[in-house]
Amino acid sequence: MIAPASGIGDMNPVIELDGVTRVYGTGTAAVSALQGIDLRIDHGDFVAVMGPSGSGKSTCMNILGCLDTPSSGTYRFKGVEVGKLSRDQRALLRRHYLGFVFQGFNLLNRTSALENVELPLIYRGTPATERREMARKALAAVGLNGWETHTPAELSGGQQQRVAIARAIVASPEVLFADEPTGNLDSARSREIMELMTVFNRDLGITIVMVTHDAVMAAYARRIVRFMDGIIDKEEKNGGAE
Amino acid sequence: MFLETIFIAMREIRRNVMRSSLTILGIVIGVAAVITMVTVGDGATRQVASEISSLGSNMLDVRPGQSFRGPGGTRSGAPMFKIADAEAIERDIGGLAGVAPITGKSVQAIYGNENWSTNITGSTNSFLQVRNWALSGGRQFTDGELRSGAAVCIIGATIRKQLFGEQDPVGRTIRLEKISCQVIGELKSKGQSGFGTDQDDFVLMPLRTVQRRIVGKNDIFSISVSAKDGISTERVKEDIERLLRERRHLGKKEDDDFNVRDMQEIVKTLTGTTRLLTGLLGAVAAVSLLVGGIGIMNIMLVSVTERTREIGIRLAIGAMEKQVLMQFLIEAVVLSCFGGIIGIILGIAAAAAGASALKVPLILNIGIIIIAFVFSAAVGVVFGFFPARKAALLDPIEALRHE
Ligand SMILES: Nc1ncnc2c1ncn2[C@@H]1O[C@H](COP(=O)(O)OP(=O)(O)OP(=O)(O)O)[C@@H](O)[C@H]1O
Ligand SMILES: [Mg+2]
Repeated sequence: MIAPASGIGDMNPVIELDGVTRVYGTGTAAVSALQGIDLRIDHGDFVAVMGPSGSGKSTCMNILGCLDTPSSGTYRFKGVEVGKLSRDQRALLRRHYLGFVFQGFNLLNRTSALENVELPLIYRGTPATERREMARKALAAVGLNGWETHTPAELSGGQQQRVAIARAIVASPEVLFADEPTGNLDSARSREIMELMTVFNRDLGITIVMVTHDAVMAAYARRIVRFMDGIIDKEEKNGGAE
Repeated sequence: MFLETIFIAMREIRRNVMRSSLTILGIVIGVAAVITMVTVGDGATRQVASEISSLGSNMLDVRPGQSFRGPGGTRSGAPMFKIADAEAIERDIGGLAGVAPITGKSVQAIYGNENWSTNITGSTNSFLQVRNWALSGGRQFTDGELRSGAAVCIIGATIRKQLFGEQDPVGRTIRLEKISCQVIGELKSKGQSGFGTDQDDFVLMPLRTVQRRIVGKNDIFSISVSAKDGISTERVKEDIERLLRERRHLGKKEDDDFNVRDMQEIVKTLTGTTRLLTGLLGAVAAVSLLVGGIGIMNIMLVSVTERTREIGIRLAIGAMEKQVLMQFLIEAVVLSCFGGIIGIILGIAAAAAGASALKVPLILNIGIIIIAFVFSAAVGVVFGFFPARKAALLDPIEALRHE
């Protein structure tokens, strides 16, 4: 169904958006959240998405994360046109290639941090012992060892955010989408998260697309894409985190 | 993958203890209530029917006085029967198995230091046959004893226990009023009647003995008649009524000054009443089943927002629609069946306790158990599963956004 991972150095972009629009609602109540987005993201890239509130960043992320489909235009993920896939095929695509950190953490209530992180692995069919080990490692990677048995209600906002990040990266996705992953953190914690992101990107080769309002955070990315009223206003290269 | 889904479903049930136990509780109450009430009601019906048939179900009871319109009523005005009336019935009416003229009085029975107040019934051996009594020891009256009015008696199980304890009473002599009386037999116990009286608390003596030496009158109180098997008791009743009207010289316009009670009719009325009662209990139980169902529904609907978000998360993470549906279906089925089984166990236990408290037999109605189980399980599954199905059909983003 989906071409196997083609490896680092591949010149084909992982993500290709061509004239993507997204209209919410119908008739007079229709809101045009995206009005023609063209975007290309190569394998191994680290992109920061910026722009004022309501400019369509989350809408675009949802489409990129295969949670939503464009109203018009095409989105190709690794050459496959996502809009033509069935719901189940998109679910499999999310399961095997994508990790998602939501703007609101979206963890399961009354469920321990460890079990939350295990969730994507359950749907991948990873055996229980291996699954637990991987989840533990992912939590350790975001600095939460010792917090495995705590439920979201027993964790601070920053800790919940890190559980969400651990859940997104536990299955080593090809692309990680993060919608304001540092939105709830103080600047020291934010920088820790960004260091983590950099490590995921540089050492694990995970392609990252991240929404942020903070220029300091955006500076960790290789590239910045600026949204304005549903279109891409500006794209600029960054020096990178170094 | 199926095993994984079962695993997830079980984990969600355990995690949401409150929600799960409230769901189960609704089902438990509904199922248990229905089973308890219907079972106890059925037992009571059976009990009443079997007690009346132990009296002799093809028996008719003939008494002076108008039909039972109020206690005692007009009985005092009506002339009593004489032995000749019983003899006339026996002679003129066909299809009878036995006719027993009956008289009686309440007295003190004394044996040694033991003293017990009881009733004497004066009748013939027909009494035993008409009323379905069997002897557990000794013998019936002889024709000689009946004719001469001998001081002999057959005693019920209660008196035997009160006066003799574990001793064999046959051949011993007890005092009844002023006379000494030899015990020649004892009756098998019938136990309590459905009306709460002790059927075993009486002494049977020859009719003539009681008339002459205890009551001092030749009247008889009533005549018990039993029809042969296969003979219509209704027909016998009509025949007796015609005969007695004739014998008592009642004109066409006059009402009967006696009444003939057909036990068959009483059986029908009483079992009809208890059956109605069972129906009412069943209706009450059905209401509690319904209330339980609404409780389940309520809990499922209240948790739908949270569950919709959960579904959104699972879908976003890569669960397929059918996996989510399967998980919710398993959760609903497991909870419902678990609740149903607890309900059945509890219901049977409560029914057993109720049956033994009310001294009625425990008769389990499998049909009702299955209906109660299927209904509440269906409520659990429908209301557990359908909101989930609605959520699983949403886009993950919409499900996550659900208020
Ligand atoms: N489900 C929806 N239904 C209707 N309108 C929506 C929906 N989601 C978003 N919108 C509208 O689309 C526009 C873009 O929203 P979006 O959430 O993408 O903004 P954003 O750039 O992520 O903002 P923020 O920085 O505040 O998160 C907004 O005008 C918003 O009101
Ligand atoms: Mg947003």
